[in-house]
Amino acid sequence: MSDFLRLVKLVSPYWQRMLWAVLLGFLTVGSNIGLLTTSAYLISKAALHPSVAELMVAIVGVRFFGIARAVFRYLERYFSHDVTFRLLSQLRVWFYQAMEPLAPARLQIQHSGDLLSRIVSDVEVLKNFYLRVLAPPLVAVLILVLMITFYSQFAVKLTYLYLFFFVVAGLILPLGVRLRGRGLGRQMVAVRAQMNARLVDSIQGMTEIIAYGQRQAIQENVSQISGKLISLQGKTAVLSGLANSLNGLTMHLALWSILVLSIPLVTTGEIKEVYLAVLALGVLSSFEAVGNLPLTFHYLEESLAAAKRLFSITATKPTVSNPMLPTSVPDSFDLHTKGLSFSYDRDKTYALQNINLAIPQGGRVAVVGPSGAGKSTLVNLLLRFWDYQQGSIYLGGRNIKELQPEELRQLIAVVAQRTHLFNTTIRENLLLAKPTATAEELADVVHRARLDDFIQELPNGDQTYIGEGGFKLSGGQRQRIAIARALLKDAPILILDEATAGLDAVTEREVMSAIDELMQGRTCLMLTHRLTGLERMDQILVLDEGKLAEQGTHRELLQRKGLYYRMWELSRQIEQ
Amino acid sequence: MIDKRLMGEAKKVRLYLALTISLGLCTGLLVILQAATLAKVISEVFLNHQTLSQVWNGLLLLLGVILLRALVSWLTEVIAQRAAAQIKSALRMQLLQHVLSLGPVHARGERTGELVNLMTEGVEALEDYFARYLPQVALAALIPLLILFFVLPIDLTSGIILLFTAPLIPFFMILIGKWADHLTKKQWDIMSRMSAHFLDVLQGLTTLKIFGRSKDQVRVIARISDDFRKTTLGVLRVAFLSALVLELLATISTALVAVALGLRLVYDRIPFQEAFFLLLLAPEFYLPLRNLGSQFHAAMAGVNAANRIFEVLDLPLPVTEGLGQQACPSNGQLHISWQNVSFTYSGTDQPALQECSFELLPGQVVALVGPSGAGKTTIAQLLLRFIEPSGGTMAVNGISLQQLGAADWRRQVAFLPQHPYLFYGTVAANIGLGRPEATLAEIEAAAKLAGADRFINELPQGYQTPVGEGGTRLSGGQAQRVAIARAFLKDAPLVILDEATTGLDPATEELVQEALSRLMRGRTVLLIAHRLSTIYQADHILVLDQGRVVEQGRHEQLLARQGLYHRLVTAYRGESA
Repeated sequence: MSDFLRLVKLVSPYWQRMLWAVLLGFLTVGSNIGLLTTSAYLISKAALHPSVAELMVAIVGVRFFGIARAVFRYLERYFSHDVTFRLLSQLRVWFYQAMEPLAPARLQIQHSGDLLSRIVSDVEVLKNFYLRVLAPPLVAVLILVLMITFYSQFAVKLTYLYLFFFVVAGLILPLGVRLRGRGLGRQMVAVRAQMNARLVDSIQGMTEIIAYGQRQAIQENVSQISGKLISLQGKTAVLSGLANSLNGLTMHLALWSILVLSIPLVTTGEIKEVYLAVLALGVLSSFEAVGNLPLTFHYLEESLAAAKRLFSITATKPTVSNPMLPTSVPDSFDLHTKGLSFSYDRDKTYALQNINLAIPQGGRVAVVGPSGAGKSTLVNLLLRFWDYQQGSIYLGGRNIKELQPEELRQLIAVVAQRTHLFNTTIRENLLLAKPTATAEELADVVHRARLDDFIQELPNGDQTYIGEGGFKLSGGQRQRIAIARALLKDAPILILDEATAGLDAVTEREVMSAIDELMQGRTCLMLTHRLTGLERMDQILVLDEGKLAEQGTHRELLQRKGLYYRMWELSRQIEQ
Repeated sequence: MIDKRLMGEAKKVRLYLALTISLGLCTGLLVILQAATLAKVISEVFLNHQTLSQVWNGLLLLLGVILLRALVSWLTEVIAQRAAAQIKSALRMQLLQHVLSLGPVHARGERTGELVNLMTEGVEALEDYFARYLPQVALAALIPLLILFFVLPIDLTSGIILLFTAPLIPFFMILIGKWADHLTKKQWDIMSRMSAHFLDVLQGLTTLKIFGRSKDQVRVIARISDDFRKTTLGVLRVAFLSALVLELLATISTALVAVALGLRLVYDRIPFQEAFFLLLLAPEFYLPLRNLGSQFHAAMAGVNAANRIFEVLDLPLPVTEGLGQQACPSNGQLHISWQNVSFTYSGTDQPALQECSFELLPGQVVALVGPSGAGKTTIAQLLLRFIEPSGGTMAVNGISLQQLGAADWRRQVAFLPQHPYLFYGTVAANIGLGRPEATLAEIEAAAKLAGADRFINELPQGYQTPVGEGGTRLSGGQAQRVAIARAFLKDAPLVILDEATTGLDPATEELVQEALSRLMRGRTVLLIAHRLSTIYQADHILVLDQGRVVEQGRHEQLLARQGLYHRLVTAYRGESA
């Protein structure tokens, strides 16, 4: 329930527009009631052969409601869509604002693309919260009030009867059916997930399936799951069909009961006979308002589930706290750490323990070690994606916790193994680093990153959209774009995080030459598990299980015959 | 909106559909009966001053009709769903079969997510088409006719009003609907692009932060969403007009009928009972047409999905004509010999492989070396019969490979792809893919040979730990060893191995290499090599460039030639040229 209230609060900035849309929805149904009841009155009255003049009001009324119905329907649709789109925009901004301070530290668990697309569709689901969850019951309540007032003009008995059937059709039936269908729904979700997983398997794993002759087996398996799904859907159809026909049944029973109750009143003269047809048509025309309520419960559950997932993310506290006082940026860029310790999970093992290192300005330091040794953690701490618990990191003699994270990141360029390129033009992707860059600056970095040949071959040069029309970038091209981006940023500190991993040997060499260009005149920190080309580094730090195991130059470390020497020997055996 | 091929599918369930339509007509008759009874009861009370007990019989009839109507409407939905269900499950299986028949190479152009979506959501979208739209098309034609049949003898004017407005509804629906639909569809495209943008921003959040651009995005997102709202509403303002016209036609003609009837009643040209009956029927007359309109969108989605489904089903299957089904003559010794084999992928004119010839002797290890795009993978795919050569011959022990049954031939081959795929299931089941009838002991033995038993035993549930999508994530090195275990279990005489390019850390790398050496021992091996250490072990090396074998021989011979091989090796070593 609290999720529901939070959701209402989230959409509340648009309450005025929503009320207008609800009012229009009410007028749409109201016009239909007006049209049919006035028509019934018109012909009932006419049957008593009055003069045509006496019918004029009714005739005008009939025509008015006939047009009003269509016009109100139009306006209602227009206004409610306007509200829906405003909501979507608001929801996106809200969610992004909540998410921005959390990235990437708090989102590590949700890192897979799957979960992110889940989030996006959750936000999409919520946009229906007004249109399909809030509005229909509000319209129904207004109609109920209208009709109760209407029937109370004739006999109080009728209002109770109407109220009873209205509530049965609008609330009790849909709720009952939903409760009954809940188990089915859950089974359906499970079977669907199973089917999805199987289909993903059979397409992504097709090579193995065919190479290992498993085609028949997997087809039978999918067929079996599909059969299960179909039988569940059959059961659901039985239930939903029942719900729909019960809805109609309730309406007609209401009509029937109103007749049975009114006929004696007509006989006794308590109700004028000319109104009998009006009372009957009042029922038929007003139950339109409860027709959509069964769906409302469905959308309510869907919205609440989506909201719960989103709230669970937005409720997370960011890991990094900003300093209260703004401080100035350091003017020298040597890096050193003192007794630096960090653990992702406060009680669990240290990801980094008691690290002491010093990189002079313009120095080149490599950090090596097996995966899980703590290399990426070091980068996360330097970029202040996480805050360390013990010790400290100094940049130009200043503790980085005193700096605004944004200012700190301005000083650091990163080229990582997996570079995220946005679905826009190559140019836009480069400009990310410096929106104000001139054409000359762009051409210069493109040239220095050895991208010019490649870009010239593209149909629209650097205005070509990435990923459009089947145009895909190779790993080497992606990395060179990342390098160009880093060149454009022109930050004094450079972090290379496995920047050439996953590239084949020839491409790796090409990318390395662009990286050499990038490293000129910057304080460089290179993280790698491949031990080639380390002779050029001023210093090598060997991490092992979060501890600094060794440090020194390539030559020194080889002479020491420790961990580095063993890793080097191993990699030589494999690669040569 | 009536798709020919979908109608072909509908024929298969015509019994159900006929039943659905008959039940719909039944409902139509019940509606008319209900209106007649209601008109009679009210008229008797209103004009003839009858009491409740006098009209009781009429009321009981009314109650009966009401109950029957509910029952029929329930049956209609259940049966309509049955019809759709049959078609859905048949099409889903047809799709899967077709995609699997295309094989990994021909299906490569299709994206996994899209295909899976087509087989699940796409197929589901057909339900509305078959269960609701198609019966409704028939009913929209039949029920108004049925009602006219009752109206015309009673009152010509009302009949004419109905008769002339009715065709206007489908007319406007088509006229405005098509155009508005086009606009609406375009808007939905923009909409999905917008959510793609949002997803892109979320995925790139870390990158945005590093460049200090993440806070700007709040404004960008708000601006894009708002622009979208404005343009969309501009379009919808017009698109909703179609709904306005439809609604207007139905309500105005109900109003016209009511006024016309009223005036005739005044002059006593029609009895009240008949007039009220007509008034009750007027909205019912338009209802099936309006329902058709409201199902138009769902049907549209169905037709769009169907187009995609048939598009995939129409992808031509690789030619298998003239291919034999002979059993593979094998005593565990395979001698493969290629003569001038060529292959061109469909849609390109550049051959991927040109006149390639080589011998693979029993027990020999042949390595394929060359820059990416040289044709190494094509050779593996040809040998696995994922594709058939466009020229030349591939022979096994003197028999043309095409004479053999593809499935039977693949039993002789263990294939280790570059990125082995782990299926959703236990580790044991994943290894068991190599030989489904294998016992757990055999699986464990294979895992031991692949150097995988240690990490598997450390998993929370050992061999029964679920892996794959949603299961425990295995590292690259672990997944590779599971794949090697598969190959050990299959124990095939020929191994085709596509080495991983991504570096593992040295310790893991060593384990994988050891396992591979064990696997290669005593088997005939074709190896797509990316590592010098494996290339050294080969008995014979084929150097490929742009689809041709440019050099072949042993390592030392090739080095001495100072050609492409020499250049490649230098690059691998990381030495300066």
